[in-house]
Amino acid sequence: MSEGNATPDAEPRADPWADPHAVPFLQVRNVTKKFGAFVAVDNVSLDIYKGEIFCLLGGSGCGKSTLLRLLSGFETASSGQIIIDGQDQEGVPPFARKTNMMFQSYALFPHMSVEKNIAYGLKRDGLPKAEIAARVSDMLSLVQMDQFASRKPHQLSGGQRQRVALARSLVKKPKLLMLDEPLGALDKKLREETQFELIKIQESLGVTFVVVTHDQEEAMTLSSRIGVMTEGRIVQVGTPHEIYEYPQSRFVADFIGSVNMFEGRITEDHEDHVLIGSRDTQTDIFVPHGISGVVGQQVAVAVRPEKVQISKSQLHDMRNTFTGKIDEIAYMGNSSVFQVLLDSGKRVRVSQSNRMRSNEDTLKWGDRVHVGWHDDAGIVVSS
Amino acid sequence: MKRRSRFLLFMGVFGFVFLYAPILSLVIFSFNESKLVTVWGGFSTKWYGELFRDPQILEAAWISAKIAFLSASIAVVIGTIGSFVLIRFARFRSKSLLSMMITAPLVMPEVIIGLSLLLLFVALQGLIGWPGGRGMLTIIIAHSTFGAAYAAVVIQSRLVDMDLSIEEAAQDLGAKPVRVFFDVTLPVIAPALMSAWLLAFTLSLDDLVIASFVSGPGASTLPMVIFSKVRLGVSPDVNALATIIIGLVSLGIIVAALQMSRSKRSSAN
Repeated sequence: MSEGNATPDAEPRADPWADPHAVPFLQVRNVTKKFGAFVAVDNVSLDIYKGEIFCLLGGSGCGKSTLLRLLSGFETASSGQIIIDGQDQEGVPPFARKTNMMFQSYALFPHMSVEKNIAYGLKRDGLPKAEIAARVSDMLSLVQMDQFASRKPHQLSGGQRQRVALARSLVKKPKLLMLDEPLGALDKKLREETQFELIKIQESLGVTFVVVTHDQEEAMTLSSRIGVMTEGRIVQVGTPHEIYEYPQSRFVADFIGSVNMFEGRITEDHEDHVLIGSRDTQTDIFVPHGISGVVGQQVAVAVRPEKVQISKSQLHDMRNTFTGKIDEIAYMGNSSVFQVLLDSGKRVRVSQSNRMRSNEDTLKWGDRVHVGWHDDAGIVVSS
Repeated sequence: MKRRSRFLLFMGVFGFVFLYAPILSLVIFSFNESKLVTVWGGFSTKWYGELFRDPQILEAAWISAKIAFLSASIAVVIGTIGSFVLIRFARFRSKSLLSMMITAPLVMPEVIIGLSLLLLFVALQGLIGWPGGRGMLTIIIAHSTFGAAYAAVVIQSRLVDMDLSIEEAAQDLGAKPVRVFFDVTLPVIAPALMSAWLLAFTLSLDDLVIASFVSGPGASTLPMVIFSKVRLGVSPDVNALATIIIGLVSLGIIVAALQMSRSKRSSAN
């Protein structure tokens, strides 16, 4: 038994979360929020560093929005501590916090023009008129809305409203900006464009972002790190790469992307490899590293569909190969997804990118095939 | 374009004739030259002139206008407070009972409202010596109470639709709760307040029954004067007066309807 479900060997990097001396900008310590008997946020602890885009990712009702509202002060924690930039936020009302929030519905003031919307926060701070005007026009050009300054929100498209909402929440130069489903109301094409713009703006201003989203693709492209939430708890925190390639639980593996899960028990446990017996595959699954577990323990091997290979001929270079027949083919343009019914009765998803326009040995329904994956493609999860 | 069914056309015409023929005939006869209300004697506007020389009617109209203005204003304030309590406060026990009770004056017979208010005023006077006799003040109080019920219904529907995150956004940008109310909440619900005010104003102007119960000497509202005049026999100047009232009321309703639809359009987007 060695170090467990290993993350890749630590390469030197400048990421603040990897630096034990870095001081987190936002600290959430054992925060719990109860609504009556319902526990919306369950003993969450979290460190977020300056300049990060941190995504809270989870399904609806997982507590991510409640956590965001706790950070912005619209809810008060039942217990625990929230520290922003070294200051305990206990008892600090929303209007006194140095953070800002971009709302899911954008929450633009319907009776004010774009300009007035953006200027509102600065006016509350009592800044001189000239400075307000200058900062508003800076913001307008940053989000490319200069020519819409005098429009009312209902005269704008969804994408334009999103920009105004972003400008309004950034104009006070908050050190921490919270974004609640910032791209949720946009259509797919616009969402992809806006994602990259958002990152660009974040980098140019150096603001720390905390983003709430249910969209894993959005979380993957935007974030420096992701915190996966379910039932009020954070189940894993890591970079998009870590979350995708090294999920620590069945839930995370299943929630992010799609995955083939082979349930089984540890049958052989060695320093450098383990074997996992699974009814799903009939033969043992080989895992090329030690894991923290005992013989007989119930575990699962998670394998991503794109890491499974499929062929009509034998796959010689792999230890984990199984046979079955093609049950379903979904052609998605850039890739195809095959459902293979293994001889054990287990269905396996395999995705292959369509590099060639036409393939000599195209796979068809009902074909007998071999599927398999390289030793390191499988991830063992025990919880 | 859809072919119009003759039957539907007929029903539509019939319905509107049924509703508006009496009003139309009243408007026409208000321009009657003859003193006899039902006999056409040629076109004239002399009854309108007559009307403006009748001090009793002018005074009653002025009283009615003052009462309607004040009671509508009070009703909107009370209605707004009531709506806020019912919509914004966290669920409390008997909340649904209360929200049903606030609409009760809408369906309560006016006679009962009038009578119960009269009894209250008399009892209060006996106990604390206020409101010191019946007159304009008591009518204003009475009209405020049932006007508030109507106002609350109108304002509640607007508050329910309002996106709470707008207020949160204002707070997030540094506005204290009172500021938020005046900067954001009030402007957003303003169209509803306006139409609630117009509704309460119109209802107060129309009311005869409740006013008759709680009024005192020297405080006869316009409907009361008309009613007493008609009892002595219909005179053509009443037609003229009625026509003016119809004009004013329709104007009020049209403005209120426009306000509501405009606010709906801007909030729908």
